[in-house]
Amino acid sequence: MKTKMEDQATGQPTLPGFFQGLQSGLSIAIGYMPIALAFGLLAKNTGISLAHTVGMSLLVFAGASQFMALGLLALGTGAVEIVFSTFIVNIRHMLMSMSINEKAIQESTLRRLIYAFGITDEVFAVASTRDGVVGSNYLYGLGLMAYSSWVINSGIGYAAGSALPEAFQQGMSIALYAMFIGLLLPSVKKYRKALFLSGTAALLNAGLVTFFPAGWAIIGATIGAVGLLELVQSSRKDRTKEDGDES
Amino acid sequence: MNLETVNTTLWVIIIGMALVTYIPRLLPLVALDAEKIPPVLARMLRNIPYAALGALIFPGILGIHDQLWYGLVGGVVAVGVAYTGAHLIVVVLSSVAVLSALAVLL
Repeated sequence: MKTKMEDQATGQPTLPGFFQGLQSGLSIAIGYMPIALAFGLLAKNTGISLAHTVGMSLLVFAGASQFMALGLLALGTGAVEIVFSTFIVNIRHMLMSMSINEKAIQESTLRRLIYAFGITDEVFAVASTRDGVVGSNYLYGLGLMAYSSWVINSGIGYAAGSALPEAFQQGMSIALYAMFIGLLLPSVKKYRKALFLSGTAALLNAGLVTFFPAGWAIIGATIGAVGLLELVQSSRKDRTKEDGDES
Repeated sequence: MNLETVNTTLWVIIIGMALVTYIPRLLPLVALDAEKIPPVLARMLRNIPYAALGALIFPGILGIHDQLWYGLVGGVVAVGVAYTGAHLIVVVLSSVAVLSALAVLL
């Protein structure tokens, strides 16, 4: 693992990182397909144009808030409310970017400006569960793969979504969750910490989501679980007077 | 409102959405210096992925269908396949295949 990090830190092979990113992005691309198709189809039913539909996917690139925008548009909600609820839903990405910032090699601001655009839940999940550090080329490949699938399938969904078999559309709704599980499980098998963190956050989220909008519930559950682990670890350390970090 | 106004308003909404989505993604990357973050905070940031994944999975997975068990079955399949160490894409495709088959039977 050390040599791997050194390889990436010296940054000699730039292209391979990009292609590794594209490859890692494949499962996101598959996972986005049904969601983007559904978005396109729903956008058409809402009555907005193809240009607005693809434009929204191109410029916003955030699933949940795009669906919400359609819902609000259908209700005739005003622009300010739509933009504000988008902000509420997507502020959770701030937490994910902070975590990516810790995981990524320090590179130029321009590169960060570019890959920041691609940090979705799924891109974050794939990048952050990868061994070692990540570089901007890897994040470009990963983001581009996810982004292409999102934009292209939004357009296809608008044009042809209703032609897809219903059973397949329904089966595809599990794709992103299956991906999250596939990303989490190897760590859960290896580290008890991962089991504690994910389990605690899941339970906290189930509680919080009944009172708060989903984006805030995820933030609260994530911070809550991470904070709880710190508390448990520090109280255990105090009791046993252990020194040294166990991670 | 005439069609032209609706058209423009929609673009304004989309651009507004784009800004409030991009800024939270960008801000920590340009405003935080990873070298200067205290070790405790750095450790907590490294723990975020596991917690976030847990929150992203549950309880959302139960909401993909009116019947709670539908998402649950998909989750169990994904856990089972992932446990064997299968590739991520295999995990995704097996859950999709099982749930598509179930949807035909329903």
